[in-house]
Amino acid sequence: MSTAAAAPVKTMPEHHYLNATYGIRSWLLTVDHKRIALLYLASVTFFFFIGGFFAMMIRLHLLTPSGYLLSADTYNRMFTMHGVAMIFFFLIPSIPAVLGNFLIPLMIGAKDLAFPKINLLSWYVYVVGGAFTLYSMVSGGLDTGWTFYTPLSTVYSNSAVAPAVVGIFITGFSSILTGLNFLVTIHTMRAPGMTWFRLPMFVWAHYATSIVMILGTPVIAITLALAGMERLFGLGFFNPAMGGDPILFQHLFWFYSHPAVYIMILPAMGVISELIPTFARKQLFGYHFVAAASLAIAVIGFLVWTHHMFLTGQSTYAALVFSFLTFLVAIPSAVKTFNWVATLYGGSISFDTPMLYAFGFLGLFLIGGLTGLFLGCLGTDIHIHDTYFVVAHFHYIMVGGAIMGYLGGLHFWWPKMTGRMYPEWLARISALILFVGFNLTFFPQFLLGYLGMPRRYHVYPPEFQVYNVMSTAGASILAIGYLLPMIYLTWAAFCGKVAGDNPWPATGLEWKTQSPPLTENFEVTPVVTWEPYDFHNRPDLGLDAVAANGVVPAHGDD
Amino acid sequence: MHRTGELYGQFKTLEQQKESATLGMWIFLITEVMFFGGIMLAYALNRHVYFPAFAAGSNTLSLKLGGFNTVVLLASSFTMAVAVWSSQVGKKTLISIFLLLTITLGFVFFGVKYVEYSQKFHHHLVPGKKFDIFYCVNNPAGCPDVDAPELMEESKLLDEAKAADPDLNAHAQLYYSAYFGMTGLHALHMVIGAGLLFWLLKGSLAGRFTPQWNTPVDLVGLYWHFVDIVWIYLFPLLYLIDRHK
Ligand code: HEM
Ligand SMILES: [Cu+2]
Repeated sequence: MSTAAAAPVKTMPEHHYLNATYGIRSWLLTVDHKRIALLYLASVTFFFFIGGFFAMMIRLHLLTPSGYLLSADTYNRMFTMHGVAMIFFFLIPSIPAVLGNFLIPLMIGAKDLAFPKINLLSWYVYVVGGAFTLYSMVSGGLDTGWTFYTPLSTVYSNSAVAPAVVGIFITGFSSILTGLNFLVTIHTMRAPGMTWFRLPMFVWAHYATSIVMILGTPVIAITLALAGMERLFGLGFFNPAMGGDPILFQHLFWFYSHPAVYIMILPAMGVISELIPTFARKQLFGYHFVAAASLAIAVIGFLVWTHHMFLTGQSTYAALVFSFLTFLVAIPSAVKTFNWVATLYGGSISFDTPMLYAFGFLGLFLIGGLTGLFLGCLGTDIHIHDTYFVVAHFHYIMVGGAIMGYLGGLHFWWPKMTGRMYPEWLARISALILFVGFNLTFFPQFLLGYLGMPRRYHVYPPEFQVYNVMSTAGASILAIGYLLPMIYLTWAAFCGKVAGDNPWPATGLEWKTQSPPLTENFEVTPVVTWEPYDFHNRPDLGLDAVAANGVVPAHGDD
Repeated sequence: MHRTGELYGQFKTLEQQKESATLGMWIFLITEVMFFGGIMLAYALNRHVYFPAFAAGSNTLSLKLGGFNTVVLLASSFTMAVAVWSSQVGKKTLISIFLLLTITLGFVFFGVKYVEYSQKFHHHLVPGKKFDIFYCVNNPAGCPDVDAPELMEESKLLDEAKAADPDLNAHAQLYYSAYFGMTGLHALHMVIGAGLLFWLLKGSLAGRFTPQWNTPVDLVGLYWHFVDIVWIYLFPLLYLIDRHK
């Protein structure tokens, strides 16, 4: 850029939330939402490593048809603990508790969440739940699948089910508390002028997510409580030997766990809705529709749970209704996807790292969502239920969608969180590595599933080997794609180039304060007078009608 | 965040603070509804499938004790409401008195519940290997607290139920799973409520609650009423199945 010569040297602000106080106590007893976000960042990363380790074990084992690494029993434990760590302890808290915690007060112009102490409590609850689950993992492991189906989990399993159930039960309350805090904060803590329809889409997405957390999580809590009491004290609701009904467990489980998949994807959609306008330099297309789509997903998402149970012998009529509703829930997702694409149309697009992740998200979420429809279709589901097709479907959404969103968001807001930029080129290359590795890992699984390889088996017929080898090779590349950002982001937090308040520039309130922000976020409570994602009438950001014509491109540190 | 008087630093005004706290409590109560909803669903399904066993199980409960406890809880809701009102109009001693009354009634409830639970243990009505719904009928000596006419009645009802459902004993265990699951969770909520009431009492004895600032009394009041309402549902669901016979 020709302007580079004139650019003043940026320096870190003198006072900010990271240097406001020092010492381990100042972190463990903090009520600052930004510090709590970092506590969460550290803990979910820890569980991501654990889950990742199990994943590598699974993929290595499946290199040969007879499985060459683990016993059948150990294999069961590996995929179970992989699922438990990744879903309950990484994906569900990842974007809400890290980025949401950090950003929601900043985005709405508040000093903190409505209940800072409850926020800290939620982290401790998470840690205690995590400790129980870790205990289960090291004291014999867990082999029921992340779904804990009864009576396997309540009667027959010889693994450490009880501590894991207790751990997940406890962790559920951390997500309830987070959701409660967000809902109240968004209702009561908005700055003057921050009307509902000026909220960033990230906040809308978290509003919808919080509704799901509030309504869904208590149900999994009671379900696991009943299953736990069944295992420990012999209650009989889910035990056919006593006249109980295992299908009831599945209904209750999926009543939470289908909406829970939206706890994972909605926040990522929120991130993407921030990234795309910023790096396309264009107002988000159809703001109201995107916001309404989030709410629609949250609501309809509660009405589709039995599509996980089409093959349990439920009534045909029920299956028809749930299949129809499953198709319906795809519509708001499609609305969002079309709106993102429409936002890109005619935009002035730059390919910074966060945007690369956003593009990755678009393609992968599209594939994941469409294959969901194959599964939601009663006829095809008979063929692909419980095969690798399902595994590929949900990994496209959860890893390709949610984790892409999470990483894109981390890169986008890293300068805000740490005050420093990450190395742009390295970051772009790792985003590419990640994308390639991801597709190589999971695309072959669609084929495997379609050809009939069941999930959760430790051996497979030899003709499937080639796809499995591809998948394992992809997983190794994927691992590099995750390790690189972890390393350079950590490095950048301490030694990266100073970023300045608004390096992109982007239009949200969070960019109007210094990076990293003060403990109180803003020196004076801001007053919002502009519409969201307006890149043309924001002289306060150097974006006015004139500059917009000679568009200021968003760029990292180059 | 710094705190100025009763105003926490993240808020701008006391009204905003009160609005947030109240909304938060209501949302929490919604989560509680969902929580109890799960176990009520399990109850409803099993009651539908195993109605004779559930009716028989219900008849082994003591209507007197359950009814008495219902009255106690309703009374405690009243005393709680008076405590909340007193805090709103600034009658400081009344707050403490009525909080104390509420706590007392809560403990009366626990006392009765203890009697009920221990009866169930003696009568072999706790789910598990020893469960035997015919225990009292077959061993009147083991159940001195049930008098003869009651036993006669019970024996008749159990025989009828057995005729309708040969696997009565197993399915009655499901009824008792629901009974202990639901009343146990309810009692746990009462224990937490009692803890909160003690905390309020400490505050009110220190004179902290004024007409300007009484949010804690208000919110604990909400919680206490909610726990009462749960019991209002549990009582007919568990005690009154098929009592009209
Ligand atoms: C476009 C909307 C979606 C549709 C129509 C859809 C449909 C389905 C269906 C029908 C199944 C059951 C397949 C079977 O077991 O036979 C399924 C499984 C699954 N889906 Fe989706 N899905 C959608 C979105 C998502 C999202 C957003 C996520 C996660 C963020 C997700 C995660 C999962 C998971 C984890 C499973 C497998 C659960 C298990 O059995 O372990 N899905 N999906
Ligand atoms: Cu689903």
